[in-house]
Amino acid sequence: MGAGGLNTKGRHTQLGSGYLSCTSAFSGSPQPQPCHPNDILPLTLTSATQELFGCRCDEDVTGDNPYKILRKEDIVQDMRMRAAVSDFSPMKQLVLDYPEDELLLVYDRDFIYGSSFYLVLTADAKERHLKPVVALGVEVALEREPSEVFAAQKTSEPQPWISLGSEQEIEEESVTDSRPRLKYRISRVRREFGAPIFFSDRNAMETKDGFIECTPYQDKNFSLKQMERHTGVQTIPNLKSSSTQTQWTYPRSMCTQYEPREFSEEKKENCLQSEKLKNFVNSVASRFEIAIQQNEIMDVFFDDWKALSEEDSGYGRKADPHLKEYQSFTDLHFSKEKTISNINWHPTINGVIAVAVTERLSFEDRINGSTKLLLNPSLILFWSFSDPINPQLLLECPDDVFSFEFCPSDPNIIVGGCMNGQVVLWDISTHVEQLQGTRTSGGKNIAANTNALNETPVVRYCAVSGIENGHKAPITDIQWLPGTFEVSRMGVPMENKNGICVQIVTCAPDCCVMFWDIRAPRVLQTMADQRKQKVEEKPLENPHGVPNTFKHLDLTWKPLIRVSLPKIDTSGEYSPLKISLRDNTCDNHTGSNAGEYLPSLFLRKTRLQLVLSTTFCPQDGELVYTDWKLEKDNDSGRLFSAKPSHRFIIHDGQVNTVRRSPFFKDIILTVGGWTFAIWKEGVTNGPIIQSSCSQKKCTVGYWSQSRPAVLFIGKEDGNIDVWDLLEKTHEPSQTQNITATQITCIKPWIVSSKQHLLAVSDHLGTLHILEIPWTLRSPSSNEKLSMSKYFEKEVDRLVYFEKRREMRAKEKKDYEAEELRKKTPPVVQVLPLKKMREACNFHHRYT
Amino acid sequence: MAEVEETLKRIQGQKGVQGIIIVNAEGIPIKTTLDNSSTVQYAGLIHQLVMKARTTVRDIDPQNDLTFLRVRSKKNEIMIAPDKDYFLIVIQNPSD
Repeated sequence: MGAGGLNTKGRHTQLGSGYLSCTSAFSGSPQPQPCHPNDILPLTLTSATQELFGCRCDEDVTGDNPYKILRKEDIVQDMRMRAAVSDFSPMKQLVLDYPEDELLLVYDRDFIYGSSFYLVLTADAKERHLKPVVALGVEVALEREPSEVFAAQKTSEPQPWISLGSEQEIEEESVTDSRPRLKYRISRVRREFGAPIFFSDRNAMETKDGFIECTPYQDKNFSLKQMERHTGVQTIPNLKSSSTQTQWTYPRSMCTQYEPREFSEEKKENCLQSEKLKNFVNSVASRFEIAIQQNEIMDVFFDDWKALSEEDSGYGRKADPHLKEYQSFTDLHFSKEKTISNINWHPTINGVIAVAVTERLSFEDRINGSTKLLLNPSLILFWSFSDPINPQLLLECPDDVFSFEFCPSDPNIIVGGCMNGQVVLWDISTHVEQLQGTRTSGGKNIAANTNALNETPVVRYCAVSGIENGHKAPITDIQWLPGTFEVSRMGVPMENKNGICVQIVTCAPDCCVMFWDIRAPRVLQTMADQRKQKVEEKPLENPHGVPNTFKHLDLTWKPLIRVSLPKIDTSGEYSPLKISLRDNTCDNHTGSNAGEYLPSLFLRKTRLQLVLSTTFCPQDGELVYTDWKLEKDNDSGRLFSAKPSHRFIIHDGQVNTVRRSPFFKDIILTVGGWTFAIWKEGVTNGPIIQSSCSQKKCTVGYWSQSRPAVLFIGKEDGNIDVWDLLEKTHEPSQTQNITATQITCIKPWIVSSKQHLLAVSDHLGTLHILEIPWTLRSPSSNEKLSMSKYFEKEVDRLVYFEKRREMRAKEKKDYEAEELRKKTPPVVQVLPLKKMREACNFHHRYT
Repeated sequence: MAEVEETLKRIQGQKGVQGIIIVNAEGIPIKTTLDNSSTVQYAGLIHQLVMKARTTVRDIDPQNDLTFLRVRSKKNEIMIAPDKDYFLIVIQNPSD
């Protein structure tokens, strides 16, 4: 009986699911574990048994061929024969139970299961041993251990279900009938089917068990006290909220008033008398005298270097002191055969200048040709620098205008005085953009301008004074009163709080000076008039495209005040030709100073026939100075002007210019005849400067706008004399010829600090614009100061001469008295000699 | 009194002097040649200035004291001479 062994080298198989862990390493090391699957049985066979069954170790069964099939009958017979000695005796029953005839004996060479042989007990295992070995042999050769394990698991066969107690739960959950279902059968008498039913009430309380009650009770569940509770707790910083009440202060307007502490008069006197003060003043006075004199000697802070540089720069540019021609304007269409009487620069728009064009005829010619004159309307032309050929704007006038002015506060309003004595107002506000546009566009608009040649806009006057109300003579001078004051009906100057110019003063040789107001006369209107006017106003339109600015004045305009100045010496009145007003208003608008305003009208007149309105024959020129105000005549109650205070006859011809200096308010230039004179207000002896007679008549004069010492004089031969009073006073510093005919008007204008222009018009109707060179436009250092000193010197000279004159007159009188006395026989011989000697000495000394 | 007047007239007569004010130690004007409002203004402002100048000088050196203060401006010069009880202010236009 030998035991079967198994050669496991290269052929290891897992057998069955009930396999106990018995994996062995494939290296072939024999496992000493005695565990074995259930369906094999390790046994040991003796050599006798081995010979008997033909399974001798290493002879019949080898490692390569470990399987031996044994017949069951043989085994049974062996067991019968040798009973207990047989190797098969321990498994006798197993062998007998074996279903098949042949059993498999496997040689366990490596003692895997603990014996040299093992017997396979089941037919399945036998099959497995024999057959799978062949199949597995190929696979195992290719793969390693783990795949063999998986391959083995796939092929596992279903096993019988082993209960672990889960069917009890299923049985509990499933619903089954616990008892057989009860069946009830209910029957009723047939006749009772469908019978009416009668319901009656029955009290449930009557019978016992009539109702079943479900009484409420306190559920103990809800009175349970919760002893434990599951909550979360978090620590936070200590917070404390509190509030306070604040006193709310709100802003309130308050003011304080204070005044400086002052001493009363007695206290001041006391102080002044005190000894202390005396000592103080004495000790302190010396310090002051030193300091003051120091200042007088020399101004320590005066920068000599800077002052030096000014004069130096003058040298370099002295190249060309002449006035250069900048541009000239002539219009063949409108100013042919005409002369320019007045020029005005537009105050705000640069490069626009207006000229008044008048006929060049004497009075008789005018009368003769009056019908022709009516056809040719009188015009004021507006020229712009951008277009030298065509005027930009034409203002239509009822008659020739001799003087016109732009309103200083509103440059769109122009007032002009006509030859027939009418005062005319224009409003050009509708054309202002065009005027401004032409300046800037310049070259671009030439094409447009040529088209517009026929369409130079004509502006009609928007108001004209009534003919009977105006002057009876050509208005020769017209001026706006400055915007800060106005004159009332009584002739009292008052402050004009608007700052707008509202009043005009005109003068004409009809011995009248008139004040005009451009505001609507409020005082005169009664209720009826107002209503009438309102009714009239509505349908009023602009008949000629004229704005309605001054419609209230048109044709009804009356002067506010009519003034005629009586002559000083003789009776009669002065016929003024030019006016110059002094602007005495204060700059601060406190208004309290209006009372001390005194308008002083500096008039000049021509001393000619009083009925002078038509001719202009030049004779003498007289200057009249007055502090004008209206007085009331006690007898008749009318208002009349006081007689003027002074009159002067200086010039040999008509005085055609009266101009104040732009730098000194009390210095006035007058030009007339062959000379010009400079006057100072307050000095009544005569002009402080009077020029020598020039060769040709002086026709017009003007101060320079930038240099206090320079003035321009226009002559009748077309020359302009430039006088620099600080340079020389006996002749003009330069003369320049501008045109061939008489110069009618000069007006300078400051365009910018680099460009100063001088507009000069001549008798032929041409307007020349000249550029003032640097030498004539930039003032030298301290020029104003020097000029004022010069004027003072001249005033002193005049005063001195006056004194001298008086003294000489007195001397002369004394001398003559002396001479007279000499003729009478002398009482004492000695005395006359002495007196004569004295007289001689006198005479010598003072001649 | 006459002496004081004379001295003041002498100072006033110098060329360019526009005004003189005598102010007491508290800043109240005692005598002036200017109008009231200007006087009061000058007195108040200059008093403060003099106090400041004086304390400045004395802080630097306690033995020192302010003797004369001249304030030169574009248009004029203000000269102040302080004393224990009074001070005298003179306004001069030097370039005139």
